[in-house]
Amino acid sequence: MRVFTAVIAIATGILILFGYFFEPFAIVQTLLLNWAIILASVAVLVGIFNLTSVHMNKIRHSEKGSTYSALLIIGLVATLFLGILLRPQHSAMQMILNGVIIPTEAALMGLLTISLLYAAIRLLRRRADMMGIVFLVTAALLFLGSATLPFGDIPVIGTLIRPWVSQILALGGARGILIGVALGTLTTALRVLFGIDRPYGGQ
Amino acid sequence: MMELLIQLFPLVIIIFAAFLLLAITLWKRNSPAKLRDIPALSRLYRMLGLSVEDGTRLHISLGHGNLLDARGGSALAGLATLRIIAEKTSVSDMPAIASSGDPVLGLLTQDTLQAGYKAAGVDEMYSPTTGRVTGLTPFGFAAGAMQISRNEKVSTTVMLGHLGVEAALIADTSDRDNITIIGASDDISGQAVLFANTQDALIGEELFAAGAYLGAGTSHTASLTVQDILRWLVIATLLGGAAIKLLGTI
Repeated sequence: MRVFTAVIAIATGILILFGYFFEPFAIVQTLLLNWAIILASVAVLVGIFNLTSVHMNKIRHSEKGSTYSALLIIGLVATLFLGILLRPQHSAMQMILNGVIIPTEAALMGLLTISLLYAAIRLLRRRADMMGIVFLVTAALLFLGSATLPFGDIPVIGTLIRPWVSQILALGGARGILIGVALGTLTTALRVLFGIDRPYGGQ
Repeated sequence: MMELLIQLFPLVIIIFAAFLLLAITLWKRNSPAKLRDIPALSRLYRMLGLSVEDGTRLHISLGHGNLLDARGGSALAGLATLRIIAEKTSVSDMPAIASSGDPVLGLLTQDTLQAGYKAAGVDEMYSPTTGRVTGLTPFGFAAGAMQISRNEKVSTTVMLGHLGVEAALIADTSDRDNITIIGASDDISGQAVLFANTQDALIGEELFAAGAYLGAGTSHTASLTVQDILRWLVIATLLGGAAIKLLGTI
């Protein structure tokens, strides 16, 4: 069975890869990717089942935070039934989306601002080295250079340093990091393609 | 003809990289790996043993990378690391918990955890609830992962995969509970956030080195060598291209 799943995975990987380079394989590639999208949709249901079972276990054993788990289950079931009965386009469903889900995510985004500020303050305590200082000074300069002030940009910082740091230094660094990530992705994908790493089939 | 060559050039690079990977894997299969010190990965290795001894668990957060696009690479690297962590912590009273924000990745997480338990010979101890899909949006995923770090006796939070700025929320929760944080992301914003929030930061391709440092095998060490060779080729190409352009303008 393990060999069978590996053969299927490797053959699928090679067919999809060839689809990018050879026209006849493009049709097979599209077909396989469409199947993958359907399977991914089924995986959403499995994911929801997993989420439900984890939180049901928490409620059953009265674990820490089980009140939140109960709220999650109630919210999940209520949204599911309302969605099936009313359809996602219904105004009540839109109200749930616009009135609950989007504001909650926006609140987390707001919380993130505070978390980042706090992390910046703690950075020197945690890592008082050259990299930490460069990181903080760069962040401070970019903040000052991007700040909307009544009298316009801060001279030199807003007009010279910020564009130079963000468009030359930061962009160059980001490209270097992304090239490294791309090379890492290539070798990881090759290991999966050769069947050395098998994140499937229990191997 | 030229157009065809340009079109097939990426395939040539892939075949070249594949050849290198196989050749170096075979060549180095009997020699011990020589790796430079990466403090974050040394810390992770240490924390693996410590967590088993002091009855705490590791929380491995694999992000929300979709395996159907380019972000899948970091998720696969995270899964390779999870496989080793699962094998080494499966015998503990507090086995590792993995969280993800993508359903397909969630399925693979469970499969990988189960494989780790099987490899350790304790597959009967595997529980499907140790691999969790905590949310389907980046912030939903982070909110769920924060709860794991806070409520489940976690001593180390490992974030490996595609994580954006929401990683700061998970890191902040872990930091408040004095949990060791080790993080790497393929996302530039995620990396900046993790740099500010972790004791030792993993930058760029170091995300893909975790497997080799945890003893995943020769193929992982060979991958690092292939990455180094390809990186030097990229540097030579960039410098050569710049030199040709400069000479053309003179």
